[in-house]
Amino acid sequence: MLKKKVAMLLAAAMVAATVVGCGGGDDAKTDAPADDAQTEAPADDAADDAEAPADDAADDAEAPADDAADDAEAPADGAASGELIKVGVINNDPNESGYRTANDKDLQEMFCEANGYEADFQYSKKNDEQITFAQNMITKGIDYLLISAADTAGWDGVLQDAQAAGTQVILFDRVIDADESLYAASIVSDMEKEGQTAVDWLAEQGLDEYNIIHIQGQMGTAAQQGRTKALDEKVAAEDTWKLVVQQTGDWNADNAKQVVQSVIDSGEKFNVIYAENDDMAKGAVAALDAANISHGVDKDVIVMGFDCNKWALEELLAGNWNYDGQCNPFQASYIDEVIKSLEAGEEIAEKTIIMDEKGFDAKTITQEDVDNYGI
Amino acid sequence: MQKNEVKKPNESMLSRMVRHQMFIPVLALVILAVFNLIADPAFFKITVGQNSAGNMVLQGFLISILNDGSELAILAIGMTLVTAASGGQDISVGAAVAIAGSVLLRILGGGNSRPEELAAPIIVAFLVSCVVAMLFGAFNGVLVAYFKIQPMIATLILYTAGRSIAAWINNNELPVITDPSLGYFGGYIPGVPIPTPFFIAALCVAIIFLVLKFTNLGLYTQSVGINENSAKLNGLNPQVIKVITYVIMGLCVAVVGLIKVSRIQTINYSTIAKDIEMDAILAVALGGNALSGGKFNMAASIFGAYVIQFLTSTLYKFKVSSDALPAYKAVVVIILVVISAPTVKEWFGNVTKKFKVKEVA
Repeated sequence: MLKKKVAMLLAAAMVAATVVGCGGGDDAKTDAPADDAQTEAPADDAADDAEAPADDAADDAEAPADDAADDAEAPADGAASGELIKVGVINNDPNESGYRTANDKDLQEMFCEANGYEADFQYSKKNDEQITFAQNMITKGIDYLLISAADTAGWDGVLQDAQAAGTQVILFDRVIDADESLYAASIVSDMEKEGQTAVDWLAEQGLDEYNIIHIQGQMGTAAQQGRTKALDEKVAAEDTWKLVVQQTGDWNADNAKQVVQSVIDSGEKFNVIYAENDDMAKGAVAALDAANISHGVDKDVIVMGFDCNKWALEELLAGNWNYDGQCNPFQASYIDEVIKSLEAGEEIAEKTIIMDEKGFDAKTITQEDVDNYGI
Repeated sequence: MQKNEVKKPNESMLSRMVRHQMFIPVLALVILAVFNLIADPAFFKITVGQNSAGNMVLQGFLISILNDGSELAILAIGMTLVTAASGGQDISVGAAVAIAGSVLLRILGGGNSRPEELAAPIIVAFLVSCVVAMLFGAFNGVLVAYFKIQPMIATLILYTAGRSIAAWINNNELPVITDPSLGYFGGYIPGVPIPTPFFIAALCVAIIFLVLKFTNLGLYTQSVGINENSAKLNGLNPQVIKVITYVIMGLCVAVVGLIKVSRIQTINYSTIAKDIEMDAILAVALGGNALSGGKFNMAASIFGAYVIQFLTSTLYKFKVSSDALPAYKAVVVIILVVISAPTVKEWFGNVTKKFKVKEVA
C-alpha cells in the first residue's frame, strides 16, 4: 500500500512539475527570467511563445516532463498565470467500489490548485440528488461541469441550463441520454465493448455447451446494460449457449451468493458464472466453495468478473477465477486535455473519447499486470 | 364489545387463532410453503454434501433460508425494542453494520489491507466493534431520548454519514482477510454441518428471551412506548430506557457486522447490508407490531424476518426477472402489511362477528 501511495505522490509530483514550469511555483519564482516570462505572456494567443522561455527557465527535472507533454499544455500556461479554472465535479459515492475510489483519487489529484483548478466535488449515487448538485453548481457559476451520472435519464433540463449559463459540460465514466450538442465531450468506458470482449473470450474457450449463471449489476446502470447486452445477443444467437438464470445482484456480493446458492440448491447444471463486477463474482465463488464445486482454470466452472480490483486479479493469478474485464477508472488526464484544448479555443474533434481497456485471462496474467492494472 | 364477551366461552379455536399476533406471519409462511410444495417439492429437500474445505454440510433451500435470514432475525430483535420504546425506527442500521464491519477488519488487519496473519484475535476485534457499534447506538439513542428528535430523522444522520465513516476507518482501503478462521462465523465451523449464522441467531434469540423473561426490560420498554408520562410518574426513566434500546440495537448491529464480513472475508462499504434496515422494519411490521410503539411481540418479529427471507429465496428460486423482482416483493409486502394492520384486523373481526350473530339468529 505504501508503494502505491509513493507512486501516487510521484505521479502527482510529475504533474505538478509540468505546471510549476509555467505556473509560478516556488522554484520558478527564484528564477527571474521565468517570472518575467510569466507576467509578459498574454493569456491567449501568445501562449505558444510563452512556453519557450518557461522551458528554458525550468530546471533539469522539469525538462523531460515538458518534452513529454503535448501541445495542449501551452494554453494552460496562460490560464495558470491568470485565474483558476472553476470546475464542478459530480461523481458517484467514492465508497461505492474500488473502481470509484480509484476514480475519485485520480480526479482529486488532477483537479487541485497546484494544477490551476478550483474544484468543487459533490457525491451521490442518486440521480435526482446529482441533478440538484449540478443545478446548484451552475447557479454558483463554474466554468466546467464534470458529471459521472448515476442514471442515464433525466439530465436534459440541467444540461440546457448549463448551456444557457455558459458552463461547458464534460461527461466522464458514464454516458447519458441527451443530445450531443448539450455537452462538450464525454470520456467513457465503452461498456458494450467490455461485454463484447468478455463474451468473445468466453466463446474462445470452446466449451461444448455454455450453461451460464448471469449476475447483473444494478438494473438500469450503463455498466449493467452494456455488459448484459453482449451476452444476451450471444445467447440469442447460439443454440449451445443458455442462461441458467439471469438475476440482478445489485453489485452486492451477498445477493450474488444467494442467487448462485439458489441454483445450486435446485440442482441445475451450470458451467459459467458471468458476474458483472468483482464483488458479485466473489459472492458467487463463496457459494461454489460451500457446495464444493470447483472453479477456475481447467476446473468445472468458469468464473468471470469485471473492474480489475487488485484482489480480483490476484484470484486470477492464483487460478481461482478465469477472466476479469478492465473498466479503466483513470479519466482525469483525458478530461484535463479536453479542458485545455477548450481553453485554447480548439474544437474537440471527437466528442466521445473511449478509453483503452483490457480483458485479463487467468492463463496469461502476470504479477506485473496485477500491479499495473489492479485498482 | 359486550357481544364479544358473551360469546367468548364458545369462541371457536379458529377465531382465537386469527386474533393471535403470530397468525399473519405464520399464515404467510404456510402460504409460501404450500406454494413452493406444489410448484416443486424439491424445495424442501435437504441433502448432505461437502464443502470445498472438506466438511460435511447440509444443503438445500431451507438451510439457505435459515442461513441467509440470520442477519435479518438478529436485527429484528433490536428493531423491535427500538420501535416499542421510541415509537420510531432506526434507519441507520445498514450504515452502522458497515461501520462495525470496518472496525472489525481494521483491528484484524492492524491497518494493513492485505495482512498475512491476524493482527489481533477475532474475539478482541469483535468486542471492539461491539463497543463502537454500541456507542453509535447510544448516539442515536441520546438524540432520540434527550433531544426529542424523531427517530427516523435522528438516525438519518448516521444513515447518511455511516458508510463514509466506515470507509474512513480503513482509509478507503478494502482489507481482505485470508485467515480461514474468520470465515467460520459466516460459513461453517469444521465438523458442524449447520451454517454458523443460524447458531449465532439462535443464541441471540435465546439471550433476548431470557432477558425479557428475567428482567423488566420488556415491561419497561412497553410502558415507555405506551405512555411516556405515566411511565415517568411510575418511577421509570424513559430517557435511559430509550437509550438502552438503541444500545441493544448497536449490539445486534455488531453481531451482524461480524457475520456479513465473515461471509466474504472482506467488505464493500456501499453495498454491505444495503437496505437491510427496511427489511428489518418490515419484519417488525410483519410480526403485527405497531410501528408507533408500545406493546410488542418479539417472537413474531423474528418469525417475520425469516418469512421475508423465505419470500426472497422463493423469488430467486422461481427466477423472477431482475426488473420485476422488487415489484413482486412489493406486492407481497403490501398484501401482508395491509392484512396485519390493526384497522383491517378490526374490520375482519367485526365481519366475522356479524356473520356469527346471523348464524346464531
